[in-house]
Amino acid sequence: MIERLRQILVKEFIHLFRDKHARFSLIVPPLLQMLIFGYAATYEVNRVSTAVLDFDHSPESREFLERFSASSRFQVRYILQNESQITSLLDHRRVVLVLQIQPGFAELLRKGRTAPVQAVLDGTDSNTALIAAGYINQIATRFAQDYQLQLADRLRPALMTFAPRIELQERPWYNANLEGRWFFVPGVIGTVLLVTVITLTAFAVVREREIGTLEQLMVTPISPAELIVGKTLPFLLVGLATVIITAIAGTLWFQVPFRGNVFVLLLGTTLFLSSALGVGLLISTICWTQQQSFSLAFFYVTPAIMLSGFGYPIASMPHALQLITYLDPLRFYLVVLRGTFIKGVGLGVLWPQMLAMTLLGSGALTLATLRFHKTLD
Amino acid sequence: MTRSNGNSVEVENLVKRFGDFTAVDRISFQTRTGEVFGFLGPNGSGKSTTIRILCGLLRPTSGRAIVAGYDVVQSPELIRRNIGYMSQKFSLYADLTVFENLRFYAGMYGVPAAELRGRIDWALEMAGLRGRESNLTGTLAGGWKQRLALGCAVLHRPPIVFLDEPTSGVDPLSRRLFWELIQRMSGDGVTIFVTTHYMDEAEYCNRLALMNGGKLIALGTPTELKLGSIQGWLLLLECDRLGEAIERLRRFDGVRDVAVFGNALHLVVSDAAAAPAIRAALEADAISVTSLQPIRPSLEDAFVALTTGRGANCPSELPS
Repeated sequence: MIERLRQILVKEFIHLFRDKHARFSLIVPPLLQMLIFGYAATYEVNRVSTAVLDFDHSPESREFLERFSASSRFQVRYILQNESQITSLLDHRRVVLVLQIQPGFAELLRKGRTAPVQAVLDGTDSNTALIAAGYINQIATRFAQDYQLQLADRLRPALMTFAPRIELQERPWYNANLEGRWFFVPGVIGTVLLVTVITLTAFAVVREREIGTLEQLMVTPISPAELIVGKTLPFLLVGLATVIITAIAGTLWFQVPFRGNVFVLLLGTTLFLSSALGVGLLISTICWTQQQSFSLAFFYVTPAIMLSGFGYPIASMPHALQLITYLDPLRFYLVVLRGTFIKGVGLGVLWPQMLAMTLLGSGALTLATLRFHKTLD
Repeated sequence: MTRSNGNSVEVENLVKRFGDFTAVDRISFQTRTGEVFGFLGPNGSGKSTTIRILCGLLRPTSGRAIVAGYDVVQSPELIRRNIGYMSQKFSLYADLTVFENLRFYAGMYGVPAAELRGRIDWALEMAGLRGRESNLTGTLAGGWKQRLALGCAVLHRPPIVFLDEPTSGVDPLSRRLFWELIQRMSGDGVTIFVTTHYMDEAEYCNRLALMNGGKLIALGTPTELKLGSIQGWLLLLECDRLGEAIERLRRFDGVRDVAVFGNALHLVVSDAAAAPAIRAALEADAISVTSLQPIRPSLEDAFVALTTGRGANCPSELPS
């Protein structure tokens, strides 16, 4: 039993490390993904390309637009003369935002009335448009507040002492500077792990089916249990190594903190991997060629990442979809990853996620084992 | 559960259905210890399915099969310890070296540590791979791969070896070498159960079973099959315009069967004395006959006769 298992492990590791391409694809893609996500994946919106069209030509309108030029969020690149220029600029993606001030802007303000400003946004990228709109609102509100104060000061200085204001003091815990990287880097570890382990496991079995060695193995005295353990244990080890390597890269290169306990992370990883191994094995029982298993793995991985809360908040999803996310082991693993990296919490907080992954993992492995037995028949 | 007798494989009314399709249809036979038992038949005749049942890879739908004294349904795991199996794919790991493949399969078969070195040496010697232990298996030529696959399959000295089309895609010299290995193993008392397409290989077998459409249609020694399958005489005809000749002969009374063999035709006739009349009939149709003479039937003739059902005669050991 032990000897047989040992021989399978030796063989699987030879498959993994002898081939130059296999070695490469084991180490480089995870690190590359981490680098790309670390740099590219961010929801922050900066230097929004902007055009302005000022029909008012007043000190007020100039000061209002001045605040946009001064902000790092916006970059005023075009000063327009008439409305006909707007469409072309937006069509050619030269600008995302056009600010238009009608004549009479300053007059309305001086009378203490509401003065409209039109902000035309390119809604193609709805996320950027939404965030940009938020910044526009902030700048406009700030301008209005300052203008009110100036006005009050000039008219009745005595009132100044009574001007009620609320000042918001933002104190984001765990990530004081709201670094997008701190959110994405631990998440990438989860997605990379999911993709790597599922494809490796599915391929390892399907490849043997393709070349006929699986049948050859089945006429040896090996038991199905030995075969399944021999076909999953190597990838559990590879998965754990991947987590360690990517975690080190993330903390050293991107300065993402690791505040929790390494063993809590490794326990969570092991539980998560049992699901990934189960799914990989399940795919291998359905597929007869590596190509089929690749497309099936893709078919699973994409929704698994979408529904995990990796990029899109689960709380914003429709209720039915939220229920489905409870079947997604990555959903729970991301909580463990972010919990151990950023929050530094332990089992006292993360035990529900651990329990959920245990249930999903044993379910997936049981299902895979049952089907595996059947297909060998 | 004891080894019942010297017969290594006993099959009784074995049936395997896949849905509506009957792949193996009530076949029965027994092999004898140390014989080379050949399994012949066209593609899809049920040979591989039968072998896979006997190795415990497939469950039979009904009937009984005893291999090495164990029932294939009740104790497939005991059977696996007592058989070697090699498929036409030569299932080896291309990215492992020759030695690593042997070491791996030795581990799978549970070869004891004390015998390990000796068994691997024996397999290397047999396959002619001594000195190439550290070559990657993927770089070996077909014949070597085939012998290595055989070596891997018999590392645990099984009393029965199943070979499923072991020589497909291998050059003639390697095929001959391979058959020498098989004869030597059979001489050591190992029962060899082999399927093949090649008629020349079938001649090496002690006994042959002929499968067609899932049924066992003939069983006997090569000589028995050759003699028993052809009723009447076999004539070799060399002539031009083969197509027209076949047409004419099919209409000729007394010619029971016509089959193309290379540039010539084989005719099955009821009476060899009809030869002059046949020659005359052909020449009357302006077909020039180079040669027309009686010959001994080959296994291929027997095979054609038995699988087409034309001119078939009952061989000595037809299953009930």
